[in-house]
Amino acid sequence: MKILTLNFLTCARKTCKSSPAAFPLHPRDAELEIVETEFNALFIQNILPRVEWDALKGLCTELGLTNVPPEAPEPKELFDTSIKSAGIDEKEKEPTQLTRDLHNLLLETTIQSGKLVCGNCGHEYAIKEGIANFLLPSHMV
Amino acid sequence: MSRPEDTLPPDLYYNDPVSRQYTTSSRIQKIQAQMTHRALQILNLPPSQSSHILDVGSGSGLSGAILTQRGHTWVGMDISASMLAIALQRGTGALPRKRRKLAQDMEMDVEDGIDDKQSNDEDAGDEEVEDEGEEDEIGDDAPCEGDLLLADIGQALPFRPGTFDAAISISAVQWLCQAESSDENDAPTRRLKRFFEALYVCLKRGGKAVMQFYPRNQKERDMVGTAARRAGFGAGFLVDAEGTKAEKVYLVCSVGGEDVTATIEAMEDV
Ligand SMILES: [Zn+2]
Repeated sequence: MKILTLNFLTCARKTCKSSPAAFPLHPRDAELEIVETEFNALFIQNILPRVEWDALKGLCTELGLTNVPPEAPEPKELFDTSIKSAGIDEKEKEPTQLTRDLHNLLLETTIQSGKLVCGNCGHEYAIKEGIANFLLPSHMV
Repeated sequence: MSRPEDTLPPDLYYNDPVSRQYTTSSRIQKIQAQMTHRALQILNLPPSQSSHILDVGSGSGLSGAILTQRGHTWVGMDISASMLAIALQRGTGALPRKRRKLAQDMEMDVEDGIDDKQSNDEDAGDEEVEDEGEEDEIGDDAPCEGDLLLADIGQALPFRPGTFDAAISISAVQWLCQAESSDENDAPTRRLKRFFEALYVCLKRGGKAVMQFYPRNQKERDMVGTAARRAGFGAGFLVDAEGTKAEKVYLVCSVGGEDVTATIEAMEDV
């Protein structure tokens, strides 16, 4: 499970839907792995405004990851504009090191095993082989 | 011929032998790839955008491989642990992924391909032509890049509002039309309601979902369309090869109640 996905997951229980404590889920006993994926600066650009930065910082602190910028980066920080010339194509913009670091943190840093715990109801979702189990017993649906 | 969803719920139907057969059948792979390409064509995402996509009923990752090829990042949900296990085995053969434990910083041993111990005590039925050993058409050496959740889409989609740019689903939504138990809370109408309401929330404003599925009759198709509209979607059906054996039904949904008629008309016979 990617850190990015964790930044979007909430508790699945109906009773937790409206509770602010049901997001983000809290990782416990997490084993982390770096799984390399192709770098895609345009995806980082697209998803960055939707990342809940405070939740991300909290999650990373809980996971012992310290390489998170204190503030959400501005979109303009993702590409190097110093070489900007007239008519430069979107695709030719040079991504910055910050963008590569975000890729590494959000898309390549993964939880291989452990569990996710709801801060509202305490329900635990197991993660095995990187796959989180969100199946609920029927009385919790 | 009995339809799989009439015999067993999907988590039981797609057990290990059936999942493997489903994934290795080149005929099924080809049809599924075609439907995924068609769904993406209907979604009509901005060409320069690299999107965050939900794959509903992602199975063994056949559609996901195409999403990855197109430069998208995706999250897949499936109720079948066997199917998800096969998705994980993608890419462990020809192109092992570089991975390492974060703390120890050491190379992991990656398992070598899918084990060939094919159980033959189970017959998936249907009239599939088995092409064992043939090369798979959809880059089967490509690793599964999507994040996978073991989940029942009729229970909940556990994502916060606006998580995804779009959603696709290939051959999954008909499973929602089955009662998972005699419990009233598991009735198809309840399952469809929960699914479409949650889908509506987790798509961003202006987002779209295209879902190919196999309704067994007009009534079931209407039930699904109605559930989508009640959840707030602008929704309509696009039908390819209508009335033939190869008929394919796509439910096209847009967030914000936008009329999808124009989208569907533009895509017909394309
Ligand atoms: Zn909860």
